[in-house]
Amino acid sequence: MTPILELRGITKQFPGVLANDHIDLTLEAGEIHALLGENGAGKTTLMNILYGLYLPDEGEIVVRGKRIVTRSPNDAIAAGIGMVHQHFMLIPVFTVTENVMLGQESMRAGVFLDREAAARRVREISDLYKLEVDPHAYVKDLPVGVQQRVEIIKLLYRQADILILDEPTAVLTPQEADEMFKILRSLVEQGKSIIFITHKLREVLEIADRITVIRRGKVIGTTTVAEADQNTLAEMMVGREVQLSLDKGPAKPGDTVLEVTNLMVLDERKQLAVDGVSFQVRAGEVLGVAGVQGNGQTELVEALTGMRKPLSGSIRLLGQEISQATPRKITEMGVAHVPEDRQQDGLVLSFPISDNLVLNTYYQEPYARGAVLQEKPILENAQRLIKEFDIRTPSALTNAGSLSGGNQQKVIVAREFSRPIKLLVASQPTRGLDVGSVEYIHRRILEKRDSGCAVVLVSSELDEIMELSDRIVVMYRGQIVGEVPAEKATKEGIGLLMAGMHANLA
Amino acid sequence: MATTTLRREIEVVSPTRQRVMGVIFLIIGAAIWLLFSRSVQTGQVTTFVLTPGGIDMSVPDWKLPSLATLNVLAAACAFLGAFQLARARGFGKRTNLVLGIVSGFFIFGFLTWAAAGQSLNLAGLLNSSLLKAVPLTLGAMSGILCERAGVVNIAIEGMMLAGAMVGALIGSLTGSLLAGLLTAVLTGALMGLVHAVLSIKYKTDQIISGTVINIFSIGITSYISAKFLQVYQDLNNPGIYANWDIPLISRIPILGPILFSNNLFVYAMLIFMIALHIALFYTRWGLRLRSVGEHPKAADTLGINVYRTRYMAVILGGMMAGFGGAYFTLGSVGRFDEVMTAGRGFISLAAMIFGNWTPFGSFGAGLLFGFADSLASKLAILGVKIPSQFLLMAPYVATMIVLAGVVGRSQAPAADGQPYEKE
Repeated sequence: MTPILELRGITKQFPGVLANDHIDLTLEAGEIHALLGENGAGKTTLMNILYGLYLPDEGEIVVRGKRIVTRSPNDAIAAGIGMVHQHFMLIPVFTVTENVMLGQESMRAGVFLDREAAARRVREISDLYKLEVDPHAYVKDLPVGVQQRVEIIKLLYRQADILILDEPTAVLTPQEADEMFKILRSLVEQGKSIIFITHKLREVLEIADRITVIRRGKVIGTTTVAEADQNTLAEMMVGREVQLSLDKGPAKPGDTVLEVTNLMVLDERKQLAVDGVSFQVRAGEVLGVAGVQGNGQTELVEALTGMRKPLSGSIRLLGQEISQATPRKITEMGVAHVPEDRQQDGLVLSFPISDNLVLNTYYQEPYARGAVLQEKPILENAQRLIKEFDIRTPSALTNAGSLSGGNQQKVIVAREFSRPIKLLVASQPTRGLDVGSVEYIHRRILEKRDSGCAVVLVSSELDEIMELSDRIVVMYRGQIVGEVPAEKATKEGIGLLMAGMHANLA
Repeated sequence: MATTTLRREIEVVSPTRQRVMGVIFLIIGAAIWLLFSRSVQTGQVTTFVLTPGGIDMSVPDWKLPSLATLNVLAAACAFLGAFQLARARGFGKRTNLVLGIVSGFFIFGFLTWAAAGQSLNLAGLLNSSLLKAVPLTLGAMSGILCERAGVVNIAIEGMMLAGAMVGALIGSLTGSLLAGLLTAVLTGALMGLVHAVLSIKYKTDQIISGTVINIFSIGITSYISAKFLQVYQDLNNPGIYANWDIPLISRIPILGPILFSNNLFVYAMLIFMIALHIALFYTRWGLRLRSVGEHPKAADTLGINVYRTRYMAVILGGMMAGFGGAYFTLGSVGRFDEVMTAGRGFISLAAMIFGNWTPFGSFGAGLLFGFADSLASKLAILGVKIPSQFLLMAPYVATMIVLAGVVGRSQAPAADGQPYEKE
C-alpha cells in the first residue's frame, strides 16, 4: 500500500540556521505518527512547509503517490491536509460556526452567509466524532480544551484526512489531554491519519504508533512504540544521555517567609482573577502552584512581586506587609522574580547582557556612584556570572535579544539568584527550553531551596511541579481548590483539581 | 467542563462612581435652575418651530412657557440625582442611560433659555445636525473599512480635503457635478492606494503614513487653490447638488422635511450605512475582511489573502473618504476653500471609535457631533451672550468629552494597526 504522505529530502535554510536538513518522513494511512524533538529542532518548520506556509528550498511532498507543491494553505487544504497550530488560529470575537466556516463559507443567495447551514454541518461533525461544542458560542468564552475541539472541527469541515497537530497538549489538563487522545484514536478509526508534534516523551509512548525523532533539523531515526522507551527517546532527542529524574533530598522547612491571607486581585478587565487566596511558604521548601493557564496564577505572581496592586487581602514577607509596596522595595527585601514572559518582563532585549544582569541593582554601589553608572564593576559582574551560570554568549556586551531562549533564561536566573534572597517566585521557569537547560534550571532552583530560600513555583507543566515541589496547591478560577504534600500527589488527583473537581484526595 | 469563562464577573459599578453620578445629576439640576430659570422672566414663552426653513408645510409651532419648563427640568434632574444617592445602588447598570437623559434635559433647558421670548427653529436645528453628520459619518465609514481590516487610517482628513478640491475643480471644468463626484472618489481611491502601499507593502508605521498623506494633501490643495482656484473663479464654481424631495414620505409632518428633503449626499450616506452594515456582518466579504483585522495569521492559514483583502479595504475606505470630501464642495458650499474640511476627518475618527467601529454607531456619533456643531451656529444667530469662540469650540469639546468618558467600553479590532508579516 502506498503511504498517504511522504516527505522526501525537505530542506529549508533560514538566515543563519539550517532548519530542515534533508528530512524524510513517511505517514502510513490510519496511523498516528509522532514527530519528536526539542524546541527549535525544526518540527514546526517542517509542518509549516507541508501546510504551505513556507516554501522548501529542496525536496518534495508526495500525497497518495502524487507529487504536490504547497504554495499556500489553499493547496494543502485541497490536498486534504489540515493543521492545528500550537497557538490557536481562532478569532475570539467570532462564533464557533464563523470560525469554522471562514474561508469556505456556506452561502445563501450567492451573497449572504448562511450561518444556520454551517452550524448544522458543525453539529453533524461534532456528533460524528464526539467533539462536543456549541456552534453559536463565542470562541473567547470557551475554555482552551473546547477551543482545541473547534480547531479540529475546522479541519474536518474541510474534509482533511491528514491531520497535523502541533503540540496539542501544551495547554490542556491531564484529563483534557486524555480526552484529546481518545478523540485522536476515534479519528484514526474513522480513517484519518495523524502527525502529532510534541517534545513530551510520555505522550509519545501513550498515543503514537510510530515515532520519528528530529534533532537540529535532521532525522535521527524512526522507531515504534514497542521498541522505544523514555530513556532511548530522550537520548535520541538530545544527543547525549539525559538524567530524567532529579536527585532531590527531603526539604528542611524553617520559619515562615511568606504569608498570604485572603488575597483578591483584579485582572486588566476588572474581573476577579485571584479570589480569596491564602497560603504560607516556609524557608527551605518549594511550594508548587499548579493549574491550567489563566486561572489567576499570573495575577497572583504579579501581586506577590508588586507589579499589580491587590484589591484586598494581605501579603506578609517575614512579618512585614508588602501588598502595597513598590516592586523595588520588594526586590530590596530579598524577593527574586523569574517572570512568566522572559522577553517581555525579564529582560531588556536591546540591552547588552552586562546591563541586564544589573537591572535591579544598577542604582546601588558598586554599579553606580551617584547618578553615574560604573562600567567596570558592571562588566566584571557580568563576566563572573557568565562563567558561574554557564551562559553561552560571544561576549558580555552581546544584546540579550540575540541569545537562545535557554541562555536568556540563564541571564535572568543569574541576575536573580546571585543576590542574597529570601523568597524566589518563579513563574513558568522552563517554558520553551530544551531538555538540557530545563535540567540546569531545576537544579539551580533546588540549590536555592537547600540554602534556605523559600520558593514559590508556578507552572502549568504538571511534571515540573511534581518533580520540584514539596507541597502543591492547585488554582482553579482564582481560588486554591486543594493542597497536597508532594509525596502524596498523583497526576490524576491534581489533574482533577485543575479541572475544578473537588476530589477527595486524602 | 462547562463552557464558561475562567473569571468571576464582579460588579464593577463602584460605589464612588455611583455617588459622583448622583452629585452630577444634582449639579445639573441646580445649574438649570441657577443659570437658566433665574434669568428668565415670568410670562416669557419659548417657541420651537417644527418646520425647517424654506419648506411650505405648516406644522403648528410648539410654544412652551419658559420658566415653568425650566423649573420642571431642574426638578426632574434633582429628583433623579436624589434617587441615585438615596438608593443603595442607584440606577445600577442603567446609570449611563440616566446620565444621557439628564444631559438631554440640560441641553433642552439650554435651548429653552436661549430662545426665551424668541423662537428657535428646532426642525432646522435637527436638519442641519443631519447635514453636518454627513461628512462625519462618511469619514467614519472610511475608517471602519480600513480598521476592520486592520489598517489604521488617520489620513481621512487629507483624503476628504483632496476629494473636495478635485470635486470642485473637475466639476467646474467639465460643468458636470457627476464628473466632479466621480473624480473625487477616484482621488480618494488613489490616496487610499498610497496609504495601502506604504502601510501594507512597506510596513511603514501607519500613523506616520497617514500623517504624511494629511500634510501632503493640505499642501497640494492649498497650493492649487491659491494658484488657480482663487485666480480663475471659473475653475471654482461647480455648483451643488439640489435637494430632492422623496415623494410621499417627505410630506410626513416634522420628520419628513428633516430626513427626506435633502440632496444626494444625505441619501447616499444613509444607503452606504445600511449597505456597509449588511456587507460587514452578513456576507462572506465582511466575514473575511473582519477576520483579517482580528487575526490575520488565522485568516492566512485558511487560505484568505491577507494582503489583497487589506488593499481592497483601504482603497474602498479612500473612496468613501473622497466621496465624503466631495460633500463639502458639491453638496454644501459650492466652491473650494483652503483647508475647508477643518478637522472633520479627525472628528470622523472619534465618531468611528465612539460608534464602536460599526456603521450605525458611527452615524449616531456623527449626529451628536453634528448637533453640537449646528447648535453653535444657531445660538450665534439667537444672540446668546456667550463669546462666539466658545460656541465654535462646542463640537470639539463634545468630541473630547465623548472620547474621554465613553470610549472605555468600545473594542477595536484586535490586529488594528499591526502590519502583517508573512513568515
